Amino acid sequence: MYKWMLIWRYLRTRYIALASIISVMLGVATLIVVNSVMAGFSQEMHDRLHGILSDLVISSYDLNGLPDAEAHKQEIRKVLGDDVVGMTATVQVPAMLNFQFDGQWHTFQVNLIGIDESSYAGVSDFSRFLLHPDNQRELSFLLRETGYAPGRKDFPDAGWKRRRITAEYQRALREEQQRGQAEAGLLPPGPAGAEVPGLPPFAGNDELPSVPFNLVPEELTEPTGSEIDPATEQFTGIILGIAICSLKSRDGDGEVHDYYLCAPGDDVQVTFPNSGRPPRAVSDTFTVVDLYESKMSEYDSSFAFVPLAHLQRLRGMIDQQSGVSSVTSVQIKLREGADLNAARDALQARFPALQFGYRIQTWMDMQGPLLSAVQLETTILNILLFLIIAVAGFGILATFFMIVVEKTRDIGVLKSLGAPSRGVMSIFLGYGLALGVVGAGIGTVLGLLFVDNINLIADWVSAVTGREIFDPTIYYFQQIPVIVNPLTVVLVSVGSVLIAVLASVLPARKAARLHPVEALRYE
Amino acid sequence: MSNVQHQRPQLELQQGPAAHISFENPEPIETDRKVLLEARSLVKCYRKDQVTIPVLQGTDFSVQEGEFQAIVGQSGSGKSTLLHLLGTLDKPDEGEIHFEGNRIDNLPARSQDILRNRYFGMIFQFYHLLPELTAVENVLTPVMIQHSMLKYWANRGHHRRRALELLELVGLSHRLKHRPREMSGGEMQRVAIARALISQPRLLLADEPTGNLDEEAGAEILAILRSLNQQQGLTIVMVTHDSHIARQADRVVRLAAGRVASD
Repeated sequence: MYKWMLIWRYLRTRYIALASIISVMLGVATLIVVNSVMAGFSQEMHDRLHGILSDLVISSYDLNGLPDAEAHKQEIRKVLGDDVVGMTATVQVPAMLNFQFDGQWHTFQVNLIGIDESSYAGVSDFSRFLLHPDNQRELSFLLRETGYAPGRKDFPDAGWKRRRITAEYQRALREEQQRGQAEAGLLPPGPAGAEVPGLPPFAGNDELPSVPFNLVPEELTEPTGSEIDPATEQFTGIILGIAICSLKSRDGDGEVHDYYLCAPGDDVQVTFPNSGRPPRAVSDTFTVVDLYESKMSEYDSSFAFVPLAHLQRLRGMIDQQSGVSSVTSVQIKLREGADLNAARDALQARFPALQFGYRIQTWMDMQGPLLSAVQLETTILNILLFLIIAVAGFGILATFFMIVVEKTRDIGVLKSLGAPSRGVMSIFLGYGLALGVVGAGIGTVLGLLFVDNINLIADWVSAVTGREIFDPTIYYFQQIPVIVNPLTVVLVSVGSVLIAVLASVLPARKAARLHPVEALRYE
Repeated sequence: MSNVQHQRPQLELQQGPAAHISFENPEPIETDRKVLLEARSLVKCYRKDQVTIPVLQGTDFSVQEGEFQAIVGQSGSGKSTLLHLLGTLDKPDEGEIHFEGNRIDNLPARSQDILRNRYFGMIFQFYHLLPELTAVENVLTPVMIQHSMLKYWANRGHHRRRALELLELVGLSHRLKHRPREMSGGEMQRVAIARALISQPRLLLADEPTGNLDEEAGAEILAILRSLNQQQGLTIVMVTHDSHIARQADRVVRLAAGRVASD
């Protein structure tokens, strides 16, 4: 009884213990905040990666791909059974993208992906990342009139409206040039103007190709660029990653602005290898019909999507006799909760690497290094922060030694009144426990409040210091993502209470071992 | 607790002191009285590094039930050490201490804790109250040490009443909620006496109880001790360096150079 009473009184009257409480409190609050933010980042990353990537991908090392996608799909369905929710075939090739901006040509290295409009959205969250709301509902490679990226500041006019304005400007420019040249006495150029010069795909290719199956059908090899009216017609649609054609930068006031080098409605040229041996470059002109923003810069700056059949035709991946087409990868979506690794292993057993030369990966395998980097970061931060709590523990240790010394006479009095050594010890252990519980309790509440208002706090700190804490140009997040994991909160609080108790063991033992006579004499 | 009360009803305070005036005219030495506490040839040395300082060198001591005995001696004569040994706060190097015929100096720590808690009451020169607790709480400390939380809580009304009675007995009923630092020395010593009495001890050990008080307050404390001894038959052993104060006791033991010099 006296123990609890004394613990309570010590708690209320020893202000030096407040320092211990605050150190425990700060440690706990920091751990909770950091863990929540890291969990938020990690979860956001998982969501995004998984949204971009399908659960399982079978891809060929050869750019000519795996022949007969349908047969492969049937085989996969046989191996995985009902776990398969969706499947789609894609062709992925490295490509070069060119477009003109401000009279200058810009060239990008891209990852050209031919996708099946009807099934691709079924295996990943692809359509979620498109800018036009109608494309988010149902993907189409046709340019839309307007209505791209509603509500987004800095987004230029896009769609047919932009296309008509551009066409009108180009026409006027051409006429002006011709007039100027005619006045200067130069010969007028041919009717095919400078606007969007489509490179002939097989320019300079006089020989017969060695492989007869991969030839591109005759009608597609003609340069189509100059034959359409840009104001009313479009080329085949292409969806570009947003970072390919936009820049984020900060103006003088520190506001972040987006600048778009090209937007839906503009035409781009794409050059990529065909499936011949050796591969030759094929070029075609596409019209940008939408932009793709997954907020993963790696993907946003490299992905360009075109219709699968068109890409297969251009690359000569369709057997002209049988009509069977090749693809470079098959993407599989499994039902919720299916064991991805087991499915991968089953497929690897069906398609042994040595025999087929396929790469079979889960989405986590593909992004393993990134995911484990985040994991590692979280672990290291946790270790560092627990060291902070350990420091707080040593603070408690020191404070407690001081309190024991200060209370030496009282300990002697308690012993002379018949309090057993264990009772004296438990006073100080209980005191440590009480400090830990109070500190951890307040710390938990503070930490949760902080997490709850973290974006407000970040804004406020930015406003006060004039330095942006959370830079959206770096992270692509508008807000700091947080996830509070109840288990983490419990572990952190229990852990720090434990540290507080452990730190009070030594002082408590010292108190318990004090000799009553010497303690009573202590001045 | 209840059977202890049965064994020694003469110490029961609740029915009022008047019912128990058994020592109206105390005789200094009564041969049929029982020896309550007895120490035989106690030796106690303090060691500091290599030097051994002998404090008690074969001291014999005994106190009979109902006796008010004073131990006097010069500073450093070992009188406080003797009191600590008697109160089991320290262990003698040699010799034995018997309480009601049982040897107590070699008992396990837990038994000695119980002895100090229920059989001995102690008061000190510097009062030694716990500064965080009020007067009443200080008085209740031994009871709180004795009982578990639940048991104490169940009987807290009873314990509290007893504490109030004792504070009234020492004349402090107006100072119940005060902390030690808000009280004078004499008041603190009275609280300490009440605390020593709450477990109804058989023996009160007082270490220079007036040593830190002015003459008037010291006289009041002595009067209280005297009346406890006379009216309730409480056995008291008091250590003092002041032979004037020691004269108030029934018997005076003089300690010099670690031995009992005279009776």
